[in-house]
Amino acid sequence: MEAATLEFQEATKVYAGSTEPAVDHLSLEVPAGEICVLVGPSGSGKTTAMRMVNRMIPMTSGDIVLDGHSVTERKPAELRREIGYAIQQVGLFPHMTVAGNVATVPRLLGWDKKKIAARVDELLELVSLEPDTRDRYPSQLSGGQRQRVGVARALAVDPPLMLMDEPFGAIDPINRDRLQNEFLRLQEEIRKTVVFVTHDIDEAIKVGDRIAILQKGGRLAQYATPEELLAHPANEFVQDFVGADRALKRLTLQHVRDVDLWRAPLVRDGEEPPTGDFDVPYPLVVDDVGRPVRWLSGSKAEPLIELDDVLRNALSQMLQEETQYAPVVDEQGKIAGVLSVEIMGQALQ
Amino acid sequence: MILAQVQIHNRAGQESCVADNGLCPDWIWDNFDRYVNPFWDHVYLTVVAVAIGFAISFALALVAYRRRWLIGPIVNVTAILYTIPSLALFFLLLPVTGRGNTTALIALVAYTLLIIFRNVLAGLDNVPEEAKDAGRGMGLTGGQLLWRIELPLAVPEIIAGLRVAATTTVGLATLAFFAGAGGLGEQIFSDINFKSNVVTAGGLCVLLAAALDLGLLLVQRAVTPWRRA
Repeated sequence: MEAATLEFQEATKVYAGSTEPAVDHLSLEVPAGEICVLVGPSGSGKTTAMRMVNRMIPMTSGDIVLDGHSVTERKPAELRREIGYAIQQVGLFPHMTVAGNVATVPRLLGWDKKKIAARVDELLELVSLEPDTRDRYPSQLSGGQRQRVGVARALAVDPPLMLMDEPFGAIDPINRDRLQNEFLRLQEEIRKTVVFVTHDIDEAIKVGDRIAILQKGGRLAQYATPEELLAHPANEFVQDFVGADRALKRLTLQHVRDVDLWRAPLVRDGEEPPTGDFDVPYPLVVDDVGRPVRWLSGSKAEPLIELDDVLRNALSQMLQEETQYAPVVDEQGKIAGVLSVEIMGQALQ
Repeated sequence: MILAQVQIHNRAGQESCVADNGLCPDWIWDNFDRYVNPFWDHVYLTVVAVAIGFAISFALALVAYRRRWLIGPIVNVTAILYTIPSLALFFLLLPVTGRGNTTALIALVAYTLLIIFRNVLAGLDNVPEEAKDAGRGMGLTGGQLLWRIELPLAVPEIIAGLRVAATTTVGLATLAFFAGAGGLGEQIFSDINFKSNVVTAGGLCVLLAAALDLGLLLVQRAVTPWRRA
């Protein structure tokens, strides 16, 4: 199914017995196929805002529009079957096998057995689960595997919109990083519209195409792309929330291949260095196929940066080696240019 | 009013084991037929009482699960029923329902209600919140959530309740003959001073209780494969 556009229109939630709204006139638009991260401290209403989309929490006023139709036009159960739903605790059904869990919504929609079985296999492969997990029970799986099953289950009927509430929150940092990368790779493939809730600004910056920062009382502080948010925080709250290291965070958003690298004079052993106008004043010795060997001055050609590295990691390695210039190599290990501390500075402007 | 006919057996002149009121395998073997009908009466009383008790408690628990305010009153009423001494309950019912299975069953059912009700409710309450949330979030209706997710997950507690109810009922049903419903109790009291008789009838009660308990346990294991995974 095609990805859907999602629009919050002055969506407001005031819980019974409370005078303060949990979500306060929230208006924002998520273009089809993009990941919108709702991020904020606890009490900022981010989960409430997400749960109003599939009517797990009824709106007090305002509206949420999915592909041009108000979500309130539909019966809640019907609406929810068309919206993928993944939560932090995963909520797998302990009495059903992996296959049974993944098949939940297809069964509700009355798909025939053959179609369901084929879809289950397809989904397990999509989320990188071994085929032999299909007949296991949730208690036999690791935390990461359960999370993958949860995502597969949410994707079962190819919904145009996915709601994900801290889906990687209960996973240890190393596996969380891996699951985030997998999720982003998966999203490249499936291009769903995703509403993703997290309290972790780093996760928001990593996975979000757009980030909505909510503050206490469910007020939208800023809705922008990660780059925009880090470069131009709208107010002091956003500035504090993204952290004092926001310049460094911006460097995580750019890859070495995205910036204009400098050129250094290249020289083969025994040859004379070329003359001319180079960005880097120091000649670099390369071997026959063009792989950096050392600087002509004799210092080691380290660190070796790769085109796929993010600028932040490249900077960290350069600081580690106490160097201003670092050779950058492509996939074959051949010299692609030189990264300098000045380039980093320009990247932040 | 005659509640039970207690026969005084004349055992004089019988073989020495019986005359000495010992535990006599030969006598038990020779007289085993007299236990067969009371045994099946006992099985009938127990199974029917637990089945009716289950139907009532299960329905009550489902209603109270969604309307929590009903839990207090239901527990109070069934707890009062549970604490009435069983003999007193038989005597109270006799003028109303007369002698026979009906009276016995009403009393036996009354004793199962509290146990089963509480276990069904506990089973439903112990269903993980996140499984319910995920179920609702994926579009299961209230009824689908109950029958596909909540009740299957409550099965272990529900069967645990049935096991307690079944074993208790086997014991209580030994008094059912006061209401004129027969059973192994009638056999016990018919010759309560004769060791072989008491041991045989009592032993059959224990066997019945153990068999029902084991049967329910096997049912539970069969329907909850995920618990052994």
